[in-house]
Amino acid sequence: MAIVETRGLRKEFAGHTAVDGIDLTTTEGEYLVLLGPSGCGKTTLLRMIAGLERPTAGDIVIGGHVVTDLPPRARQIAMVFQSYALYPHKTVRKNIVFPLAAARIPKQEWAELVNWAAHTLGIEPLLERRPRQLSGGERQRVALARALVRKPQVFLFDEPLSNLDAKLRTTARDELRQFQERLGITTIYVTHDQVEAMGLGDRIAVLNAGRVQQIGRPEEIYDDPANTFVATFVGTPPMNLLRTGDRMLGFRPEHLLPLSAVGERPGQLECDFEVSRMENLGSDRYVYGTIPALDPEAKVIAKLPSTISATVSLGRQERYVVAADRLRYFQADSGERIEPAGIPGPP
Amino acid sequence: MAVGRPVAARPRLDEERTTRHRSALWRTVRGRVGIYLLALFFAVFCGFPFLWATITMFRQDSDLYTSGKNPFEFTAAPTVEHITDLFTTTPFVTFIVNNVIIGVCTVAITLVLSVPAAYALARLTGRWGVPAAIAIFAVYLVPPTLLFLPLSRLVAVLGLQNTIWSLVLVYPGFTIPLSVWLLVGFFRSVPPDIEEQAQVDGYSRLGAMVRTVLPLVMPGIFTVVVFTFTLTMQDFIYALSFTSSPDRTTISVGVPTYLIKGDVLFWQSLMASAMVVAIPVALVYNLFLRRFIQGFTLGAVKG
Amino acid sequence: MTETAVTESAGPGAASARRRRYLLDRKGVLGPLLLLPAVVYLVAVVGYPLVLAIMYAFSDVTVGSNRFDLVGFTTFAQAVSDPQFPKVLANTFIITGVSQALVVVLCTVLAMLLRSRFRGRWFLRFIVLMPWTTPVALGTIIWLWMLDSIFTPFDWFARGLGVIGPGEHLNMLGHDGLAMGSVIAVQTWRVLPLATIIVLAGLTSIPHDVHEQAQVDGAGFWRRLFGIEIPLIAPVILVAVLFGIVFTFTDMTVVFVLTGGGPANATQVLASLAFYKGINGGNLSGGAADALFMFPVLLIMAVVTLRWSARLGAR
Repeated sequence: MAIVETRGLRKEFAGHTAVDGIDLTTTEGEYLVLLGPSGCGKTTLLRMIAGLERPTAGDIVIGGHVVTDLPPRARQIAMVFQSYALYPHKTVRKNIVFPLAAARIPKQEWAELVNWAAHTLGIEPLLERRPRQLSGGERQRVALARALVRKPQVFLFDEPLSNLDAKLRTTARDELRQFQERLGITTIYVTHDQVEAMGLGDRIAVLNAGRVQQIGRPEEIYDDPANTFVATFVGTPPMNLLRTGDRMLGFRPEHLLPLSAVGERPGQLECDFEVSRMENLGSDRYVYGTIPALDPEAKVIAKLPSTISATVSLGRQERYVVAADRLRYFQADSGERIEPAGIPGPP
Repeated sequence: MAVGRPVAARPRLDEERTTRHRSALWRTVRGRVGIYLLALFFAVFCGFPFLWATITMFRQDSDLYTSGKNPFEFTAAPTVEHITDLFTTTPFVTFIVNNVIIGVCTVAITLVLSVPAAYALARLTGRWGVPAAIAIFAVYLVPPTLLFLPLSRLVAVLGLQNTIWSLVLVYPGFTIPLSVWLLVGFFRSVPPDIEEQAQVDGYSRLGAMVRTVLPLVMPGIFTVVVFTFTLTMQDFIYALSFTSSPDRTTISVGVPTYLIKGDVLFWQSLMASAMVVAIPVALVYNLFLRRFIQGFTLGAVKG
Repeated sequence: MTETAVTESAGPGAASARRRRYLLDRKGVLGPLLLLPAVVYLVAVVGYPLVLAIMYAFSDVTVGSNRFDLVGFTTFAQAVSDPQFPKVLANTFIITGVSQALVVVLCTVLAMLLRSRFRGRWFLRFIVLMPWTTPVALGTIIWLWMLDSIFTPFDWFARGLGVIGPGEHLNMLGHDGLAMGSVIAVQTWRVLPLATIIVLAGLTSIPHDVHEQAQVDGAGFWRRLFGIEIPLIAPVILVAVLFGIVFTFTDMTVVFVLTGGGPANATQVLASLAFYKGINGGNLSGGAADALFMFPVLLIMAVVTLRWSARLGAR
């Protein structure tokens, strides 16, 4: 399996910079997720790694070879597109054979390889069908089998789950993860869906405006966001941010809890939470409001699990607390993370 | 539907509904009559010449050359004699053969040149693609009447005067622009994912295009073949300018020039020749029209 | 970040050889390469002759001789001073103008008609297409017979209506005005189908919800027609007319077959005059000069096309 590395990669389209100097290195057999909002450059980055787009500057290294100037076919990669891009005029079997013919693998080995790939994905019964006769989930598996059959060094996925309906997406996500774990092939996966990213990635690279904002394990991204962009892009509802002086104070909604539920503890941030609205989602309650003493402008959300039965009354101020180790601090102007410094007490 | 309605309100509602219904009905009837009258007008305007040609081609001379009578009446029994004459005693069959040879060769040249060009314009030239495609299409609007004089000289210089090859040489001048335009539309209708996938799957750019895009635009290519072929039958001025003997010319020029013996026109045969060409071509056009329009507008709309 | 050991598989020479092998995978290389043959062909059989046509008009070239002297505007001066010339120029404009004005109205109505549902629509469509699918020369031959001085069916209709007496003939191709009218009729007849198809395609591309919205808003038939549909398809009608103008303005076939320019040059147009001078008369430069008078109009058409394309590009 191969390591993929990008060095100072840039891509400009007609005066607009899509990818603005990205340095990334995967480890062997890693599952790296590129996460970001639409237009952040993640798909362009992936397409440059695939060789479908030429970088304006920088280099791409796959398995120790500089491949920047090489076309896709010379890169030993496999890619699954958002649309799955199955060849509509070929049967499933011929779709899977197609990369083998390109790689000049002897014909007598084809059947065995196709059967192996089809077996791995559980699509043997579909081999003689045409793509338009397949469901969304089946198409995904065919696309995976076709990507797999050539035993590539690297898998590239471009939002492969976004065309599936919500229910199917969960099982498909699970299958994707198992598939990769079994094969251990280095995988780069692009998505704008943080749930997918958290569930799939060994590491996540959060991208915005053509730059890497943070790269790390899912829990690092979630617990220790490098800046306010990551803090608000990852997590639903996003991290609460309150401005106090030249700093921003951040904490996750699930860490803002009624004092009555957790009790007095040393080092807690205690505050008066003025509740304006509440949504009951069954497993959780979302409580919306403000903390006037800290930042009267900022909307604050508290996410109370159903295990907390404290009553919430609208329009009233109640005592809420956040554990000290859950508090994060950012520079107000740059949004960058800064080290914690003293709990701001109520004035 | 009206089950739960209060009873008292019903008569008035019904009354209102019938008047409205009646006026709507009247409007529909008037509309229908208008539609059929219009349809009749256009059918007569566009179709009457063909009706007249059809009546003529079955007439005997004695019937044809009687003036003053009801023109739709047959005073002598209809005959197919003039139609068989057309095929047996005139060079009409030679014209057809010439047209087929010219058509096939022109189609071949057109495809070989316009398929790669259209693919390049649809996929490889970026934002220059659309303006360049329009520039090439604009060539279609350069009229033969502006070019036939210098071309007649060029044809002579190349030693092709009075051959069908002179026409094979110049016809792609107007078939390539139209084909490129249509094909750009068809190529654009194939999602780029498909060929990018093929490139990732290990094929070169050209190999990916030939193996995945070309099979998918086959219906479009077939449409282009049909329209290129029929377009070569439309030409008049080039064939008239470059050829000068009945065995080397096309239907369009041969019929008006060589089916006239001296000053005598064989009207039944002339009409028959027109109909023999018009009917099959019209049938083929109708079969491919939808796709033609599709290609024509795809090129424009999906810019 | 750990530094990976990077190899270029072999020496620098091999790398450049490899790059050359993959040259055709580059858009910037493959694109022009695929485009070039078609462009070269078009330059050879259209571009080059077009330049020659312009040069001929400024020369004294004839079919018989190999002389080729540039004579400036002499040939043009001769062409313009030809007593027929103003008449020919006027004919060209009248035939194009009147026939295309008719086409604009008729093709819009016909396209609307063909869009509505009625019995026999496919048959009407078939009939309407025939004038376009029939080669122009053959279609015009049919008209030539239909307008025959003695055996035309129109005489019988005219007699029935009392326009002419028994034994009299309309002789439509024999009188100046009627001959012009006939040429206009044939041009309208043969251009109408293509224009209709273009407009019909435009009509069908109007999103359905626009129609429904208008109906819900209570707009009646006429208001829908003039308030919504015609403005929406106006650009398409423009395209249809553009084609019609180019095809009619530059056509010599209809005049050549139907009237031969007659009676006495009454229906002669630039294109047919160029043919008679250049091919029948062997006066290449004279014919080219006549034909070149079509050029300004075509240039205007080209500009309109380009602006139309710019609009499309902006979309």
